[in-house]
Amino acid sequence: MSVRYGGLSRTEPSLGDKFLRLNWGLVLLILATASIGFAMLYSAANGNIDPWATRQMARLSVGMVAMFIVAMIDLRFWLRLAYPAYAVGLLLLAAVEVRGISGMGAQRWLDLGFFQLQPSEVMKVSLVMALARYFHGVEMEDIGRIPYLIIPVAMIALPAAMVLRQPDLGTAMVVAMIGGAMFWIAGVRLWMFAAVGVAVLAALPVAWQNLRGYQRQRIYTFLDPESDPLGAGYHIIQSKIALGSGGVFGKGFLQGTQSNLNFLPEKQTDFIFTMLAEEFGLLGGLGTLSLYLLLVVYGIAISLRCRSQFGRLLAFGITTSFFLYMFINIAMVMGLVPVVGMPLPLISYGGTAMLTVLIGFGLLMSVSLHRDTYINRRGGSS
Amino acid sequence: MHRRHNDQQRNFTRRAVILAGGQTALMGVLAARMYYLQVTEADRYALLSDENRINMRLLQPTRGVIVDRFGVPLAINRQNYRVLITSENTPDIEQTLESLGYIIPISADDRTRILRDIAKRKNFVPVTIREFLEWEEVAKIEVNAPDLPGISIDVGQRRFYPDGVSAAHVLGYVASVSPHDLTGDPLLETPGFRIGRSGLEKKYDLALRGRAGASQFEVNAVGRVIRELERKEGQVGQELVLTLDIELQRLAAEKLGEESGAVVLIDVQTGALLALTSTPSFDPNAFAEGIKSAQWQDLMDNERAPLRDKTIAGEFPPASTFKMVVALAALEAGVIDSETEFFCSGSLRLGDGLFHCWKRQGHGRVKLVRGIRESCDVYFYEVSRRVGIDRIAAMARRFGLGAKFDVDLPSERPGLIPTKAWKQAVIGEPWVTGETLIAAIGQGYVLSTPLQLAIMTARIANGKKALRPFLTRDRAEDATLVARTNDDLPDLGINQRDLDIVRQGMIEVVTHKSGTARRAAIGVEGMEMAGKSGTAQVRRITMAERRTGIIKNDQRPWRDRDHALFVAYAPLEKPRYAVAVVVEHGGGGSKVAAPIARDLLREAQIRDPAASAPGTTTAARGSSATVDS
Repeated sequence: MSVRYGGLSRTEPSLGDKFLRLNWGLVLLILATASIGFAMLYSAANGNIDPWATRQMARLSVGMVAMFIVAMIDLRFWLRLAYPAYAVGLLLLAAVEVRGISGMGAQRWLDLGFFQLQPSEVMKVSLVMALARYFHGVEMEDIGRIPYLIIPVAMIALPAAMVLRQPDLGTAMVVAMIGGAMFWIAGVRLWMFAAVGVAVLAALPVAWQNLRGYQRQRIYTFLDPESDPLGAGYHIIQSKIALGSGGVFGKGFLQGTQSNLNFLPEKQTDFIFTMLAEEFGLLGGLGTLSLYLLLVVYGIAISLRCRSQFGRLLAFGITTSFFLYMFINIAMVMGLVPVVGMPLPLISYGGTAMLTVLIGFGLLMSVSLHRDTYINRRGGSS
Repeated sequence: MHRRHNDQQRNFTRRAVILAGGQTALMGVLAARMYYLQVTEADRYALLSDENRINMRLLQPTRGVIVDRFGVPLAINRQNYRVLITSENTPDIEQTLESLGYIIPISADDRTRILRDIAKRKNFVPVTIREFLEWEEVAKIEVNAPDLPGISIDVGQRRFYPDGVSAAHVLGYVASVSPHDLTGDPLLETPGFRIGRSGLEKKYDLALRGRAGASQFEVNAVGRVIRELERKEGQVGQELVLTLDIELQRLAAEKLGEESGAVVLIDVQTGALLALTSTPSFDPNAFAEGIKSAQWQDLMDNERAPLRDKTIAGEFPPASTFKMVVALAALEAGVIDSETEFFCSGSLRLGDGLFHCWKRQGHGRVKLVRGIRESCDVYFYEVSRRVGIDRIAAMARRFGLGAKFDVDLPSERPGLIPTKAWKQAVIGEPWVTGETLIAAIGQGYVLSTPLQLAIMTARIANGKKALRPFLTRDRAEDATLVARTNDDLPDLGINQRDLDIVRQGMIEVVTHKSGTARRAAIGVEGMEMAGKSGTAQVRRITMAERRTGIIKNDQRPWRDRDHALFVAYAPLEKPRYAVAVVVEHGGGGSKVAAPIARDLLREAQIRDPAASAPGTTTAARGSSATVDS
């Protein structure tokens, strides 16, 4: 027996119907943002479409196809897939421990032959799915009870700890923050957040003791980049110089001296926003920021319009994780937070990130498409 | 169920809106930060960005040339061809160096240095293989360029002294900058820069140096030059015009030959120095190129001290050339006049001491003019006893002895004119009369430099003007040259009649048949000279030696031989030039030094540079006007 809302009769629509009812506005926003990325990758290669822009376009195309497929699959399927996906995520993280590829002093990559996979990226999506499914199945009253929170806390702590071992403090913290956001919107009591906050503060000294040398150095450098202008502080100082010297209107496309003369490090990945702001100035930077704001607002709107708790949580979690990526990256290049290896979603060069972000948007669109679908606690429709 | 569901949705919406609000606020923080960096702080970061990418390189200015009074170049700049290697353009550095080694020799030491320099620098920075290439070598390298990848020729500048050896002490030389030369001027730190290290090159370094130009160019993060943005050429250093006449300078060097000696030729009206020659000399070009340690050791080991400028830093006993000063002191004090007579028996006994005349058998009865002409020592012993050392010293100082002139060269020495007070203060013993006698013949404590002797002679010759010596047409005010003003020279205050008597004595030294330097007459009507010889005893002559006969000068070791001195001026009427010649351990003054003085005075008068000579024009005109009126 199907439960009906709003008096509309719901029969299963055809695939063509579904395709037409996709969020084309969202797709447009994604394409616009990704196009900025292509332009910047073209500029980062000093006016060459190779090596970055072409490959990024190819990835976007593959990612878009995946996104559409994900979007058109029924939300209930994703609900059923949530735990297995989470398990696969954990396995991949464990595989990294065993036979990962090192980069920048940490094991973060799995070589799949045709593709270098970053399991922590996969985990960000599957964790949101898993938590959304868990909280979907818990009664409002029970969410206030501590025993019901042990499982989701473990669901967050396990991947966070594994990412921390790589070691990748930045991603571990993002995983924790995504989890925290899920707890918040799932309705966990305020005093529990307060308690966790106090506990975290108390644990800080212990955590500091366990940080790796380079991680501490990053925090030192963040607090005072000028103390080591040619060493650890170099990146952030050069990034701020590039941004600041861009001014209101920027130096012009392909005219960024900081980036074209290689003063700017990793300009095609983590520091791509700096390059954008150098060449297009405050206007370009705010324009890009506006696109991101629209994407986030779009995502939140989808989540608010969804009738199932799973859909709401999933949409909001994915939007929040997208927001966190974007915020941490931009705040990092502007010297607001320590330098953590965090790409700018949709714009930075990188395969796994592009794919997971697009799959995330696919899930978002699936929530939108199936916003009126009733899903019971166990994941069925009746 | 519906209510619970709605509660859940309401709860979700409330919390989602709060979180979305938080996210929007954080976006606002990003926008604010962007505004702060790109608007508020934009100027500061724009500057930092330019500092990052724009590098400045100083362009070394061309050093000012030094010319003599006729414009003959003495210090110029030549092209310095350097061969460089850029490692990024060379597939095999060792191989390329070996190929190059067939064209120009590269020593094993050079090879290690080159490889070390290459390893130290970025691969696009050229490393110098060798400097100062000959043109033929450059041509050979250019021809073989296809076989020498990464090898390039670069043209810089080097200082060159065309007539280096004859004016080395005056000109000095340039050399690489050493750490203690650094003043904070970044030009000094540019590679290959040369700084004035001695002589006029040092004294006028700032004026000669010129002003550095600058080239602005864009570099990338590893320092590779992308393009030049702006270039401002430097300002050439100023031309330094000397009072020297390089022909006379060369002649003096030629006449001194292998001897260790000094010649100072001066314009008696102005004090302009026409020749300031010290021998033996050295080649300043060797210093400019970086002197080899063996060459340096040779210069240091040479007992004739090639590096010392003997014209200003050589302190010699003036010997009999000092007698004019003694005579003038006595005349002024009134203790003698031109008719005062003393008897010379060949020696004078004073207390326990016996003071010899150079002429063993004695001169007999001697008056002042003859005393100077034949350089009778006993006559001056007698005079000095009467006038006393302090009045002699005062007169000596009025003639420029015993003090520095601050001529433009760094190593000038003051000489020494003793007084009673001086001896008490420095040696701590009272003065004894015997020392006055020794001082009267320019020996004992008395020391003077050839420059001082030339000034003394010029002051006697010009009719008492207290002229001062100078070497350059212009003087330096910091880094700029300004014309030297011919101030009115103060009067020495010497009685004209006294001067006439002394000059008469000097004239007869050359012209009288019994004069000590009669063989050194110039022999050209209107160009004759007046002079005074001096032979400074270096070694004490023992009583035993006097009995058995004094050992001939040229049979003694070089170090024990007498110094030969001669001072002179010419012509006799309206004198124009004065000269002082000192030949260290050269022998008798009239025999060795007088001919050199004669040759220089003759040549100077023949060349007669009065019309266009720097520093002389106004003064010469002024003086002739005085004479005419």
